[in-house]
Amino acid sequence: MTRPEGTTAPPAALPPNARRRRSTTPLLGPLVALVLLFLFNALFTPNFLTAQTLNVNLTQVATVVIVAVGMTLVIATGGIDLSVGALMAISGAIAPMLFLNPPFGNAALGLGLAFTVPVLVAGLFGLFNGSLVTRFGIQPFIATLILFIAGRGIAQVMTNGQLQTFSNSTFGYIGLGRPLGIPFQVILMLAVVALFAWVMSRTVFGRHVLAVGGNEAAARLAGIPTNRVKLAVYGISGLLAGLAGLIVIAINSSSDANQVGLNMELDAIAAVAVGGTALTGGRATILGTLLGALIIQLIRYTLLARGVPDAVALVVKAAIILVAVYIQRQRR
Amino acid sequence: MRAGQLLQRYGVLVALALLVLFGSLRYEGFLSTYNVFSVLGYNSMFGLVALGMAFVIMTGGIDLSVGSVAAFASVIAALLSPFGLWPALLGAVAAATLLGLINGVVVAYLKILPFVATLAMLLAARGLALLFAGNQSVSVSSESGFTTFGQGNIGGVPFTAVLLFVAFAIGAVVLRSTRFGRHVLAVGGNEEAARLMGLPVERTLVWVYVLSGALAGLAGVILASQFGAGQPTEGLGWELTAIAAVVVGGTLLTGGSGSIGSTLVGVLLLGIIFNILNFENGRGTISLSAYWQSVIRGAFLLLVVVLQNQLTRRKASGGG
Repeated sequence: MTRPEGTTAPPAALPPNARRRRSTTPLLGPLVALVLLFLFNALFTPNFLTAQTLNVNLTQVATVVIVAVGMTLVIATGGIDLSVGALMAISGAIAPMLFLNPPFGNAALGLGLAFTVPVLVAGLFGLFNGSLVTRFGIQPFIATLILFIAGRGIAQVMTNGQLQTFSNSTFGYIGLGRPLGIPFQVILMLAVVALFAWVMSRTVFGRHVLAVGGNEAAARLAGIPTNRVKLAVYGISGLLAGLAGLIVIAINSSSDANQVGLNMELDAIAAVAVGGTALTGGRATILGTLLGALIIQLIRYTLLARGVPDAVALVVKAAIILVAVYIQRQRR
Repeated sequence: MRAGQLLQRYGVLVALALLVLFGSLRYEGFLSTYNVFSVLGYNSMFGLVALGMAFVIMTGGIDLSVGSVAAFASVIAALLSPFGLWPALLGAVAAATLLGLINGVVVAYLKILPFVATLAMLLAARGLALLFAGNQSVSVSSESGFTTFGQGNIGGVPFTAVLLFVAFAIGAVVLRSTRFGRHVLAVGGNEEAARLMGLPVERTLVWVYVLSGALAGLAGVILASQFGAGQPTEGLGWELTAIAAVVVGGTLLTGGSGSIGSTLVGVLLLGIIFNILNFENGRGTISLSAYWQSVIRGAFLLLVVVLQNQLTRRKASGGG
C-alpha cells in the first residue's frame, strides 16, 4: 500500500476508516493535473521549456509554498490562519530597520539579527494567535482576523507607511542568490517542504496534529496535549510567514508595508485546498500543498502567456478552488 | 449570570452612549447635524453589508465576498448610470444578488464550506469588477441624477442614512416575526435538527446569501454615487469591518442566535470610534496616522471577543 503522507502508524484518536483508504489517493488528482498542465505548456507555450521560465515560475511560487506549509498544519488541526500576509508585512518591516541601522554600529550583528528577529517576532505573533484559540476558546477565524486587521497596521505604523529601499547583497541573497543556478528561495522552499513532510508523516507531533483536527475531544481523551499542539501550529505558521516576508523584501530590494504579503492568506488557503488537504481538518498532505501551489501558479502563467487579462485569471482561480474542494467532498 | 446576560445585551449600547457623551463633551461640533449625518451617511455602506452578514452568521456561515461584490456592483451601477437612476440601481443590485445566489447554491447544494465558497467569490467578483471596468474606475454619468442617491437628502436627513435605518428596521422585523427569521435561527442553532423538523434548510441558506449579496450590491450603489465613480478596487476589508460590527453587536459566530438591533449598534460604535479619532487628530492632541486605524480596530475587536468569551463562559457555567 503506497501511502504518500501523513499516516504511518494509526493515531489512536482517529475513526478507523477515516485514514487509510483516503490517504492513498489525495496526491493523484493534483499530480495528474500538474502533469497535464506541464505537458500543455510544453507543447503550446513558446519558450516554456527554458531554465528561465522554470526559474520564474519557481521563484514566484516559493513564498506561497512556504506560507502554505504552515497553513496546512493549521488547517489540519481544524483551524485557519488569516494573519499570514500581515505577519509577512511585519517581518518585512523589521528586517531593514535592523541592517540599515545596526545596533552598536556592528553591521554583522545587524545582519544576523535581521535574519532572526523578524522571523521570531512573527513566530511570537503566531503564538499570540494560538493562545487566543486555546486559552480563550476564540474561533480561529476570528482570532487570526484580529492580526489580519491590526498586523498590517502595526507594520505601517512602524514604517510610517514609507517604502524602505536598500541594497545589501548579503541580506538580498535570501531572495536573489543563486547557488548552482537555482534560486536560493527555491532551495529554502524545498527544505521547508521536506522538513514538514517528514514531521507530518514520521513524528509524534505530526500524528497529534491530525488527531486534534480529526476529533479534538477524542484526542484530548487519548491524552494528547491538544492545546499545546494548536499553539505550536500557529507558532510554526507565524515563523514561516516571517521567513516568507524576508524573502519577498529581499527579492524587491525594498520593503513596502502596504504591499508585502497582500492576499497571501488567500493564495495559501487555495494551495492547501487544491492540494487535497481537507479544510475541515484531520488530514494533511504537505506534498499536496506544494503541488496545489504549483498548479495555481502554472494556470496563472498559462493564462498570462495566452494574453488572458489578470482579471479573468482571478475568476479562473476562484473556479479552480471550488472544483478542487468539490472533488474532495465527493471522494469522502 | 443575570448581570452577565444584561452586560452582554446592553453592554454595547452603554459603550455607545458613553462614547457619544464623551465626544459631545470634548469636541465642539460633535453632535452637530453635519457631523452626525456625515458619520451616518458614510457608515451606511458598512451598515448594509453588516446587516446581510448578520443573517449569514446567524445560520452559522460567513460571507467573505461582500467587499468585492460591492465593488462589482459599483462598477455595474456606474456603467448603467447613463440610463438613469433606476436602471443603474436595480441593475447593480440584481447583478450583486446573482453573485449572492451563486454563493448560496454552492454552500447549500454543493455543500462547500461557506468560508471557501465565499472566498472563491471574493476572488471572482473582484475579477469581474476589474474586467467590466477595464481595470480603472468608471465615471458616473453626471446628467442621470444618479449621484443624488448617495449625496441627496430628505428634509435634511441624508438619504443613505434613512435607507440604513429602514433596512435595519425591516431586518429586525424579518428576524423576529417571520417564518424565514425563525428558520435562520433554527438552521444556525442545529442544522441537522432543523432538517429533521422538516424545515427548508437549503432554501433558507440560499436566501441568506442572496440577501447578503443584494445588500452588498446596495452598498456598492451608494459607493458609486458617493464617489461619483464605479470603483473596481474598493471594498478591500469590508467583510472584516462587517464581521467586526456583527461580533461587537454580540452575535455569536457559531450561529443560532443574534440581534439585528445590536448589529446596528456595533456598526455605529465602530463608526463613532473613528469619528472621535478624527476629532482628536483635528485638535492636534494626538497625531495618529491613518495607519493606526487598523491597529485600533484590531485591538478593539480583540477586546470585544475576549470579553464576549468571558461572559458566555460565565453564563454557561452559571447555567450548568
